[in-house]
Amino acid sequence: MANKEKAKAYWKENIRYVLILMFIWFIVSFGAGILFKDALNAFKMGGFKVGFWFAQQGSMYVFVILIFVYVRLMNKLDKKYGYDA
Amino acid sequence: MHSLVVEGIGVQNWTYILVGITFTIYIGIAIWSRAGSTKEFYVAGGGVSPLANGMATAADWMSAASFISMAGIISFKGYDGAVYLMGWTGGYVLLALLLAPYLRKFGKFTVPDFIGDRYYSNTARLVGVICALIVSFTYVAGQMRGVGLVFSRFLEVDINTGVIIGMIIVLFYAVLGGMKGITYTQVAQYCVLIFAFMVPAIFISIQMTGNPIPQLGFGGQLADGSGTYLLDKLDGLSTDLGFAEYTEGSKSMIDVFAITLALMVGTAGLPHVIVRFFTVKRVKDARKSAGIALLLIVILYTTAPAVAVFARTNMIETVSNQPYANVPEWFKKWETTGLITFTDKNGDGLIQYVADTNKNELVVDNDIMVLANPEIAQLPDWVIALVAAGALAAALSTAAGLLLVISASVSHDLIKKMINPKISEKGELIAARLSAVVAVCVAGYFGINPPGFVAATVALAFGLAAASFFPAIILGIFYKKMNKEGAIAGMVIGILSMLFYMTKFKFGWFGGGTEADWWFGISPEGFGTIAMLLNFIVSIVIMKFTPDPPMEVQEIVENIRIPSGAGEATH
Repeated sequence: MANKEKAKAYWKENIRYVLILMFIWFIVSFGAGILFKDALNAFKMGGFKVGFWFAQQGSMYVFVILIFVYVRLMNKLDKKYGYDA
Repeated sequence: MHSLVVEGIGVQNWTYILVGITFTIYIGIAIWSRAGSTKEFYVAGGGVSPLANGMATAADWMSAASFISMAGIISFKGYDGAVYLMGWTGGYVLLALLLAPYLRKFGKFTVPDFIGDRYYSNTARLVGVICALIVSFTYVAGQMRGVGLVFSRFLEVDINTGVIIGMIIVLFYAVLGGMKGITYTQVAQYCVLIFAFMVPAIFISIQMTGNPIPQLGFGGQLADGSGTYLLDKLDGLSTDLGFAEYTEGSKSMIDVFAITLALMVGTAGLPHVIVRFFTVKRVKDARKSAGIALLLIVILYTTAPAVAVFARTNMIETVSNQPYANVPEWFKKWETTGLITFTDKNGDGLIQYVADTNKNELVVDNDIMVLANPEIAQLPDWVIALVAAGALAAALSTAAGLLLVISASVSHDLIKKMINPKISEKGELIAARLSAVVAVCVAGYFGINPPGFVAATVALAFGLAAASFFPAIILGIFYKKMNKEGAIAGMVIGILSMLFYMTKFKFGWFGGGTEADWWFGISPEGFGTIAMLLNFIVSIVIMKFTPDPPMEVQEIVENIRIPSGAGEATH
């Protein structure tokens, strides 16, 4: 039974990480790159309009960072619950 | 380029040398890494390091389309090209967070294997096999065609000869080495293709903006000291010729949204990508190698939009309103391949390149932008040859990955799991090799006689993967109570609705229709998003009215959520 409780708690924390990271995933790509592109294009970074930059550059950099953050978080979480064997 | 290498050995010889060297490496690796068991054949023995798997996944994923066509498509579509950039990278976040770790823990050989076991049903398995075969064959035909095209353009052999040479190479290492051979050749192929893509991009970025990093260069100022930003200049050139501003695009927002999501979800549902995560040792390695794969992919994907901007600006400046008699040599060369066509409609001897199709006199194929880019920018011969070697690496690595999915679907899912479960290990390995041979021949046939619908069906492949596998796998992991009735109904409805919409608007079946008739203004390329939602809804509704899955299946689901004890992949 204790094992089941532990697994449940682990899963809950995992889902929380996933939801937070997926939210950021959505905001940088569908948000900044598509839905709010026109508003962000009013601003410029060097030669880039900001909305355009998110769509063709920024979102992809964030995707990479998100996965590595998840890797780190989960490695820690696995250790905390003793699932890293 | 004549000024640079006056007494050089020429593009053609450089191409023979570079292609020869890379092919020798691939064959050498294949001989060194022969597969001795089904486990080595299907999942490379399950002990691939995260770095090697990341590199192999990146090469597996980046096909002839990514290498040759994508930058060109972006350069003609401007902002709208972002659907491919975000769509084909964002899917890796879904893979790393939602699929790869759990599928690795499940520890099987193929995607239909997961579908069949999780949904305790051979019907589900069969639906999975059919989807995997359709998706993979569609894709692989395009790759073989890409191999043929590169051979014919750079080495001036017949396209069909090119396809056959490509078939022999792939046959050699896919049949001999299985997943093990493919993995290590893909590692080598990644190195070749990324080097080949970056070198010309860096050269051109320095030429145009003075910045050696293309990702920064295309947002920088022109190197001519005018203080003008490159993108502003291109926006100006585009509007002068009657096109939309480059950085604005012309698709509707809802369609851009739908296509991006369909490509992301489709990416995460593609069997040849998913299966790569079965080859690593532990669950944490699956997560890590997804991150490494995306990092390596993003190096090319963030460079492609820069190449697109450089190439388009260069092209407009070189040809627009110039006398046809004075065009550079590359223009004539690519004209003979039919990829550039010029018709002097108003008879003034000048090239009018404008948005208005009645007045436009120049048609340029997407693929030119990468293939001819080094020539347009007058780079040395060896760089031009390098692009050929890179394009071949991209096409061959993807073709091999797809062929493996096809052969595993037949030998493992159909023969071992459904037709003859008593088949011996040795027998299954022979079956796997034979089905790989047959798959190569079928792919080669389609490469030589490409069906007219190849372009349309590549989008279909993503839509199908999005509409079928993705919801079934996600629900299988995150929704313990999902049962076989729900999953099967969802997959069938998802696929059928996708097929219906594609054939209606692409081939004119079911009464056909034009852009004005699209549902909610969503193109067939974006419809995978709708079909995926349909799959989710149907699955959940049907599940509510049918029995829960057996207790032991629910326990399996609880078990795959825990990363420890990911044993080796088993039958």
